[in-house]
Amino acid sequence: MELTTVWFLLITVLFTGYFILEGFDFGVGMLLPVLGRDDRERRVMINTIGPVWDGNEVWLLTAGGAMFAAFPEWYATLFSGFYLPLLLILIALILRGVAFEYRHKRPEASWKRRWDAAITFGSVVPALLWGVAFANIVRGVPLDANHEYAGGFFNLLNPYALLGGLTTTALFLTHGAVFIALKTTGDIRHRARKLATHTGIAAIVLAGAFLTWTLSIRNTPAAIVLAVVAALALAAGVAAAHAGREGWAFTGTALATGLAVITLFAALFPNVMPSTLDAAGTLTVDNAASTPYTLKIMTWVAVIFTPIVLAYQGWTYWVFRKRIGVTHIPN
Amino acid sequence: MDALDVARWQFGVTTVYHFLFVPLTIGLSVLVAILQTMWHRTGNERYLKLTKFYGKLFLINFAMGVVTGIVQEFQFGMNWSDYSRFVGDIFGAPLAIEALVAFFLESTFLGLWIFGWDRLPKRIHLATIWAAAIGSTFSAYFILAANSWMQNPVGYHINPDTGRAELTDFLAVLTNKVALITFPHTIFGCFLVAGSLMVTVALWHLIRRPGNSDTPTYRFAAKFGSWVTLIAAAGVLLTGDIQGKIMTEVQPMKMAAAEGLYTTESPAAFSVLTVGSLDGSRELYALKIPGLLSFLGTGSFDGEVKGINDLQAQYAAQYGPGSYTPIIPVTYWSFRFMIGFGMAAAAIALLVLWTHRRDRTTTSRWLLRAGLVMPFLPLAANSFGWIFTEMGRQPWIVFGEMLTRDGVSRTVSLAEVLTSFTAFTLVYATLAVIEFRLLVKYAKNGLPDETPPPQTDDTDDADRPLAFAY
Ligand code: HDD
Ligand code: HEM
Ligand code: HEM
Repeated sequence: MELTTVWFLLITVLFTGYFILEGFDFGVGMLLPVLGRDDRERRVMINTIGPVWDGNEVWLLTAGGAMFAAFPEWYATLFSGFYLPLLLILIALILRGVAFEYRHKRPEASWKRRWDAAITFGSVVPALLWGVAFANIVRGVPLDANHEYAGGFFNLLNPYALLGGLTTTALFLTHGAVFIALKTTGDIRHRARKLATHTGIAAIVLAGAFLTWTLSIRNTPAAIVLAVVAALALAAGVAAAHAGREGWAFTGTALATGLAVITLFAALFPNVMPSTLDAAGTLTVDNAASTPYTLKIMTWVAVIFTPIVLAYQGWTYWVFRKRIGVTHIPN
Repeated sequence: MDALDVARWQFGVTTVYHFLFVPLTIGLSVLVAILQTMWHRTGNERYLKLTKFYGKLFLINFAMGVVTGIVQEFQFGMNWSDYSRFVGDIFGAPLAIEALVAFFLESTFLGLWIFGWDRLPKRIHLATIWAAAIGSTFSAYFILAANSWMQNPVGYHINPDTGRAELTDFLAVLTNKVALITFPHTIFGCFLVAGSLMVTVALWHLIRRPGNSDTPTYRFAAKFGSWVTLIAAAGVLLTGDIQGKIMTEVQPMKMAAAEGLYTTESPAAFSVLTVGSLDGSRELYALKIPGLLSFLGTGSFDGEVKGINDLQAQYAAQYGPGSYTPIIPVTYWSFRFMIGFGMAAAAIALLVLWTHRRDRTTTSRWLLRAGLVMPFLPLAANSFGWIFTEMGRQPWIVFGEMLTRDGVSRTVSLAEVLTSFTAFTLVYATLAVIEFRLLVKYAKNGLPDETPPPQTDDTDDADRPLAFAY
C-alpha cells in the first residue's frame, strides 16, 4: 500500500477515535442542563468523564498534528479556509476544558451555574460545527488552483452541511445519554436511558437523511456499505437502550459514530478536499502529501506508539469502570 | 495595520500566554512527583500534605496550559498557512510526535493521578504522576526541536520544483545543536518558576500565620523551593552561556541585536545598560564590561563579535535588498530583562535560605513582599527570553529561508484575524483573572488535613464516596 494511503487511513482512525470518545464527552456536556436535576446529579455526570476527557481530546490534537505532518497542504487549506468555525470550536473547547477543572473549586451556586453554561456551550458548539465542517469537506468547497479556499464563511452554512451538523449533534446526544446510562446508578441512569431512545430516534432519522444525501454526492461502493452498517448499528444501539441493555447500546452508538466517520472518509478518498471550483484546486492524498521520507518516519512512530497509547488508555477505562451515583460524590 | 500585523500580534500574545502556564506544569509536576515519592519512601504525612497542596495549585494551572495549547496546535494552519505549506514536511513531524508520544502520556496519566487516589495501589499511583511529568518534559523537547529548526534549519533541502522545504535527515532535526541546548535552558527556566512559586506560598504562611502545627512543613517547603530555584538559576546561567555561543555562530545578527552592537568589535564589551538612541546614531551613556561579550559569544575574551551594520550589508548581498535587522530596543531590553528578572528570583531564594538558616525564622515584612513578587520574576524572565528569541529572529520566520511576511495565510482577511485576535485576547484575559484568583484562594487555604487515602485492594465497597471528584 502507498504510504499516502496508509496516512489517509491513519488520519481516518484518529478522527474516528476522536469522535467516538469526545462524542460522548460532548453528549454528556450537552445533557448537563437536561438530565442533571441538581448539583449532585450534574457532578455525577461530569465525573463519568472526569478522568478521561483530556485524554480523549488528545485524539484531536494528534489528528491535527498528523494532518500537518502527512498532508501539510490539507492542514493549511482546511484551517485557514474554515477559519471562523474553527475559531468557535477552539473557544468552545477552551471554555469547556477550564470549566471541568474550575467548576467545583468554589461553593457558590452562581459560580457553578456559569461553568455549567460553559460546559454546555463548549459541548454543543463543537458537536454541531464538526458536523458542519466534515460535511463541507465531503461536499467540496471552492478552492482555487493554488489550493487556497476561495469561499466565505456563509458558503460553509449550506443545507447539506447544516444537516451534517444536526446529525452529529443528535448522534452525540444519544451516544452521551447511553454513556451516562452505562456509567451511573440510580435515578439518573434510568432517565438517561429513556432519553437515549428519544434522541436516538431523531438521530436515526437525521443520520439516515444525511448519509443518503452524502451517497448521492459521492457514492463509492465502500461508502454505501459502510453507511448502511452505520445506520443499522445506530438502530440496534437505540433498540438496545430501549431494552435496557446498556453495554450493547453503547457498543451500537460507538460503532455508529465510528462508521459514520469512516463513511465520510471513504466517500472522500482519494481526495482529501475536493474543489467545487477548479479541478486543479482539488487536494488529493498525492498532491497534499509530505515526502515519502517524512511519511516513512512517521509511519514507524505511529506503528510503535499507537498500540502503547491504546493499551494505557484502555487501562484507564478499566480502572474507572465502576458506575457512580450521587452517593459517591464527596461534599 | 494589515492582516500580517494582527496575525503576528495574535501569535505573540497567545504563545506568550501559553508559556505562562507551561513552566509551572513542567516544573511543578516534577516537584509534586518528588514530594509524593518522599511520602512513599518515608511515610511522613507532611509530604503527603505538601503533595496534595501543591498538586492542587498545579492542577489549577494545568487546565490553562491544556486549553491554550489547543489553540497553538491549530494556529499554524489558521494564520500561517503559507508557512505550514512551506515547512509541513519537516515541522509537522515533531508536532505530531509530540501529541502521540507526549500529550497522550501526560493527559491520560494525569487523569489517573487526579482520580486514582483510592482506585490504584499506592505504588502505581505514584508512577502515574511520574509518567505525567515525563510526558510534559517530552512534549517540551519535541516542540523545542520544531522551534529550533526555525532558528537554525538543518537536515533538509529545498525542492527546486515546488520551492518547499523537504526533510532529508530527521535525526539531524532532533539533534539540532540549538535544540539540544534550548531544551535544558528552557527546562531550568521552568524549574525557576516552580521553585519560586513553592517558596512564595510557603513563605506567606510562615510570616503571616506563624507558629502553628504546620509551620515546620512550610519551613521545609520554603527551603526546598529555594534550593530548587537556586539550582535552576545555576542551570539557566550555564546553559544560557552555551546558548549565547551557539547563537553567535548560527544567528550572529541576534547576538549583535541583543547587544545593540553596531560595528564589529574584537574584543567586544558587554553592555550592562545603555542610555541613548538605540538606532546607533548616538550613545549617551553606557555601562560596559570590557571583553565580556566576546567571552559570551565566542568563549575567549578577545574574540571577534560581528556588528549589526556589517551583518546587514552581508545579508543584503546574500539575500537581496531589504532590512535583515530585528527591532533593536526590543531585543536589547528583552535580553537584559530575561537575565535580570531571573537572577532577582535567585537572589530572593538566597535570602530566604539565609533568613531561615538552622532554626531561625523571620517576620520581616520586607522579605514577605519580596517573596510575593518572586514567582512573577522568572515568569517574566521566561516571557522576555522568548520574546528575545522570536523577535531576534525577525524578519525571518525560518532563518535564512522564509520571511515572516511570506508565511502568513493569504486568504484570511483582516476582519477575520481581528475577530480571532479580539476573541482570544478577551477570553484569555478573563480566564487569567479567574485562574489567578483561584490560585491565590487555594494558596491561602493552606495545607489540607490529610489522612492517607484508603488502601485499595480492589474489593468493591460500593458506596464509599470517591476520594476526589470534580
Ligand atoms: C527564567 C528564565 C530565564 C533566565 C533566568 C535566563 N533565561 Fe535565557 N531564555 C529563557 C529563560 C531564561 C527562555 C524563555 O526559556 C528562552 C527562550 C528560548 C529558549 O531557548 O529559552 C531563553 C533564551 C535565551 C537565549 C536565546 C537562544 C536563541 O535565540 O537561540 C540566550 C542566548 C539565553 N537565553 C541566554 C541566557 C543567559 C546568558 C542567561 C543568564 C545569565 C539567561 N539566558 C537567563
Ligand atoms: C517552541 C515552540 C514555538 C514555535 C514553533 C514558535 C513559532 C513562532 C512563529 C511561527 C512565529 C512567527 C509569527 C510572528 O512573527 O509573529 C513566532 C513569533 C513569536 N513567538 Fe514563537 N514559537 C514558539 C514558542 C514561543 C514561546 C513559548 C513564546 C513566548 C513565551 C513565543 C513568543 C513569540 C513572539 C512574542 C512572537 C512574535 C514575534 C514577532 O511577531 O515579531 N514563541 N513564533
Ligand atoms: C507554538 C508551539 C506550541 C504548540 C503547537 C503547543 C501545543 C500544545 C497543546 C496542543 C497542548 C495541550 C495538550 C493537552 O491537551 O493535553 C499544550 C500544552 C502544553 N505545552 Fe504547548 N505548545 C506550544 C508551545 C510550547 C512550548 C514552547 C512548550 C515547552 C517548552 C510547551 C509545553 C507544553 C506543556 C508542558 C503543556 C501542558 C501540559 C499538557 O497539556 O500536555 N508548549 N501545548
